[in-house]
Amino acid sequence: MRMKGTEIFVESLRREGVRVVFGHPGGAILPIYDRLYDAEIRHILMRHEQAAAHAADGYARASGRVGVAMATSGPGATNLVTGIASAFMDSVPMVIFTGQVPSTLIGTDAFQEADVVGITRPCTKHNYLVLRIEDLARTIREAFYLARTGRPGPVLVDLPKDTQLSECEFVYPEEVKLRGYRPVLDGDPEAIRQAAVAILEAKRPVIYAGGGVIASEGAAELRRLAEMACVPVATTLMGLGSFPTEHPLSLAMLGMHGSWYANMAINRCDLLIAIGVRFDDRVTGKIAAFAPEARKIHIDIDPVEINKNVRVDIPIVGDVRRVLSVLNAELEARLKEHWTEAWEAERQAWLEQITEWKRIYPFCYDFDERVIKPQWVIEEIARVTQGEAILTTDVGQHQMWAAQYYRFKHPRTWITSGGLGAMGFGLPAAIGAWFARPDRPIIAICGDGSFQMTMQELAVVAEHRLPLKIVIINNSYLGMVRQWQEIFYNGRYSASDLRVSPDYAKIAEAYGLRGYTVRRPGELAELFEQELLASEPILFDVHVAAEENVYPMVPPGAAITEMILGPVGSKRIADSKESIA
Amino acid sequence: MIRTIILAVENRPGALARITGLFSARGINIESLTVARTDDPTLSHMTIVVDLDDVALEKLLKLLDRLVDVVTVTAVDVRNAVERELLLLKVRHEPGQKLELLKEAEIFRARVVDVSPQSYVLELTGDEEKLEAFIRVFEKYGILELVRSGKVAMARG
Ligand SMILES: Cc1ncc(C[n+]2csc(CCOP(=O)(O)OP(=O)(O)O)c2C)c(N)n1
Ligand SMILES: [Mg+2]
Repeated sequence: MRMKGTEIFVESLRREGVRVVFGHPGGAILPIYDRLYDAEIRHILMRHEQAAAHAADGYARASGRVGVAMATSGPGATNLVTGIASAFMDSVPMVIFTGQVPSTLIGTDAFQEADVVGITRPCTKHNYLVLRIEDLARTIREAFYLARTGRPGPVLVDLPKDTQLSECEFVYPEEVKLRGYRPVLDGDPEAIRQAAVAILEAKRPVIYAGGGVIASEGAAELRRLAEMACVPVATTLMGLGSFPTEHPLSLAMLGMHGSWYANMAINRCDLLIAIGVRFDDRVTGKIAAFAPEARKIHIDIDPVEINKNVRVDIPIVGDVRRVLSVLNAELEARLKEHWTEAWEAERQAWLEQITEWKRIYPFCYDFDERVIKPQWVIEEIARVTQGEAILTTDVGQHQMWAAQYYRFKHPRTWITSGGLGAMGFGLPAAIGAWFARPDRPIIAICGDGSFQMTMQELAVVAEHRLPLKIVIINNSYLGMVRQWQEIFYNGRYSASDLRVSPDYAKIAEAYGLRGYTVRRPGELAELFEQELLASEPILFDVHVAAEENVYPMVPPGAAITEMILGPVGSKRIADSKESIA
Repeated sequence: MIRTIILAVENRPGALARITGLFSARGINIESLTVARTDDPTLSHMTIVVDLDDVALEKLLKLLDRLVDVVTVTAVDVRNAVERELLLLKVRHEPGQKLELLKEAEIFRARVVDVSPQSYVLELTGDEEKLEAFIRVFEKYGILELVRSGKVAMARG
């Protein structure tokens, strides 16, 4: 059948199962917007293109499906870039469509022309400029395929206006033929056997699990591995939710603001089982001191990640879930022969050591009755939601406290800009997440600084009456910047003061939303109990202790066990010096 | 260490930029680069010469391989590949030197491809060593201009 570009666009998206797209219109993409006017696909008008990209990201992470964002040429497209770069760093499956000036005007510095494929080349998995209408359907097919397979990532399709308007015979290719793209899904059986042997022979094994576990839907397999082989699990920021925080084998998060006990366990382990991770510098600290005594197994779908930052002994390239299920079967068979009481006793000794570390220095802070401690806000959210909510965050101290103090239960309930660390992510990501999982409570934990970068999206919350909860951890500072200035720059708070800030509750009200300002600990618990799970949008502006710091903390360049423990932590460690010795 | 990387790449706009972008983003200088179509019009053959150690090379090859446009990529060296480069050299010919100059060109199997009252343009194909030797020998005549095509390489066998 002959179809116009706009028709092919809508039909192709339908075939890819797209139900909702997040975008913002403009001249170069008006033909498609005209077609969307009466299409089945729902379009959510975001108020800034960055937010459209973050919303598509939030949608993708909450659902595991490909998120779709769209914008016009030039400024629309450049506004998307932060959101695309964030999705790229965190391997989020997304397809982004941008309008482009007509092909006859490309290269003439036409109005709202930008070289969008050029600009986004380093922050997309792949991108396309579709100059011929005959290529459109195939390109869209490839874009979705590339976005969701292998190591997921954002793929951008740039659509000149004349491509949208021309016509051709519509054929949606059944198969994708890409000679240069062959992701390896199944791990090498020999390497998996070696890994199984190493796991059984290790005396002090630790699992270091990351976003790859969630991307591959491998949380159940991870848990089975940990429980069967008696191995404690530390997760990265991106891996939160892949293993329940309250599980006895959980070490919570590792790394710069990870738990002291996770970092200790990594430091002392004799086998590191790295699963769907990339040995990021925020995790490893000083590379030479990261798991220095350990043999290392690394399971990842992307061969580029193998030996990138850390040399490993047993690399396994493959889809995490698939590799883990083969590994688990292998382990199960071998355990029957390998299990002895002595083996079990050795594992128990290691777990007891870890329990001791957990006792000596858990995540801790001084509770205060007069001023709200930010950590406590997160604990209250965890208590009221029972770990069943989806959390999104901005970037800064509040993000780290959320990572440290929330009780994660399920994969895809923690949505944060990990690799890029883009302030302003929280609210638009929560909007996207709602369209994926309207059945779950969704809470955006925002920084007062970050919130101001995308707070215009309250209009979207209001327009669709999305029952999101927005909790601003308001410390009147760019808190994480202030913390670094306090510790590393002699307390010179250069440009980190947010004392002049709006009344956020009133801003919510201006959009027709309910807003609360909370200043005293006494008010908070009750308010959360009444309102946090309410079925309408509410903003909570929670004024917290302004100069609270995130502890523990690995200073940049230090080994992960060289943590600054903070006043409370240092006291605890001093108290238990005897038990350490 | 000087390395030669050969790639088969989709013959599409943007493919070259995507490849060179990997180098520039990591501050790796490209010593030479050649691209041309192969017998298959949808494929380009690319030869890239870089100065890298083993570890950096391994990482770079994996990054190249990850690109959707890159169909195959391998690092080769003289033992397992044939490498050739084309040189064009414009050299002054003083009266009385012409004969000797042409004789020396002959020794290298260089061809004269342009003649003017003051100069010749010589064309020479060979591996790196041959080209370097040729340049050393012709320096004494006064080189007016020199262009090298950059290396093309093909795996043996
Ligand atoms: C877009 C962007 N700009 C700058 C930064 C650097 N940065 C990291 S955390 C931070 C402060 C964030 O302040 P706020 O949102 O109030 O969070 P807090 O640390 O106070 O919890 C800044 C400026 C960033 N991550 N992203
Ligand atoms: Mg703040």
